[in-house]
Amino acid sequence: MIALLNHAPLFGLILNNGDTGPVVPAYGLPAYLLLSAVLFALGFIGVLLRKNTLVIYMCLELMLLASTLALVAFSHFQGTLDGAVFVFFILTIAAAEVAVGLAIIVALFRRRHTVSVEELNHLKH
Amino acid sequence: MADTLFIILAVLTVASALLVVVNKNAVNAALGLLISLLGLAGLFVLLDAPLLAFVLLMVYAGAVVALFLFIIMLLDTTPGAAKPFSKMTLVATLIGAGLLFTGIYSLAHRAVLPAAPATLPVPTMKNYAEQLFTTYLLPVQVVGFMLLIAMLGVIVLSKKFDQTEGAK
Repeated sequence: MIALLNHAPLFGLILNNGDTGPVVPAYGLPAYLLLSAVLFALGFIGVLLRKNTLVIYMCLELMLLASTLALVAFSHFQGTLDGAVFVFFILTIAAAEVAVGLAIIVALFRRRHTVSVEELNHLKH
Repeated sequence: MADTLFIILAVLTVASALLVVVNKNAVNAALGLLISLLGLAGLFVLLDAPLLAFVLLMVYAGAVVALFLFIIMLLDTTPGAAKPFSKMTLVATLIGAGLLFTGIYSLAHRAVLPAAPATLPVPTMKNYAEQLFTTYLLPVQVVGFMLLIAMLGVIVLSKKFDQTEGAK
């Protein structure tokens, strides 16, 4: 793992001694993609682990945000605007999704008086 | 400067995302999501997308997290007794770690990525508007209708139904 992190192309590491050329940021696209992957994995683990429906929803949002970060990074390093425009759509969809999901959770809570996924298992039995 | 900022923002984002996942209290998880969003907005600014950072803060930090907090307070979900980690926990962690490792591995060995950012001016509101109203005009319309449908759906869902099962 340490060897992987020291892998120079992974971080787009460009060694500049300060004598020639403009200062290039040491952390390039791979660093942003790595961060995005870490965020996505965290959200995924949260969705699988947590029992509270609301927290599961927050972890879903975390996964969406991770994909958003990857899109913006690609857009920036590729020099196109398409990824950034796509982020607008993702934000809109996410807002609508949260509104509908929370309304469903409230309706569920009204009927069952719980938001724990362990107790919401009536389809299982 | 940008490197230091990247490190700080990345650590902030990941640490607060971890807080969302592991915290027992739902309110604390929502606040962790909020801090994570702030870090992400900073990263967007680093990526020359200040407008997206602004929209992210408005939509997510302004609306989504507030809605989450509102629902958490409304439902009054007291955190129950914490269960010990089950076998499922281990499986979930392994799957997540495996996904992460596969992603990093393929990124390090297979990916062909541009090394330096393309030298372009910072996209302005005008650039975004031009794209949204020419190339992406149809998706914008579709998303608008979808927002309308979502609004109607939420109104229907939050109406009071009869308490009996199988209400009409």
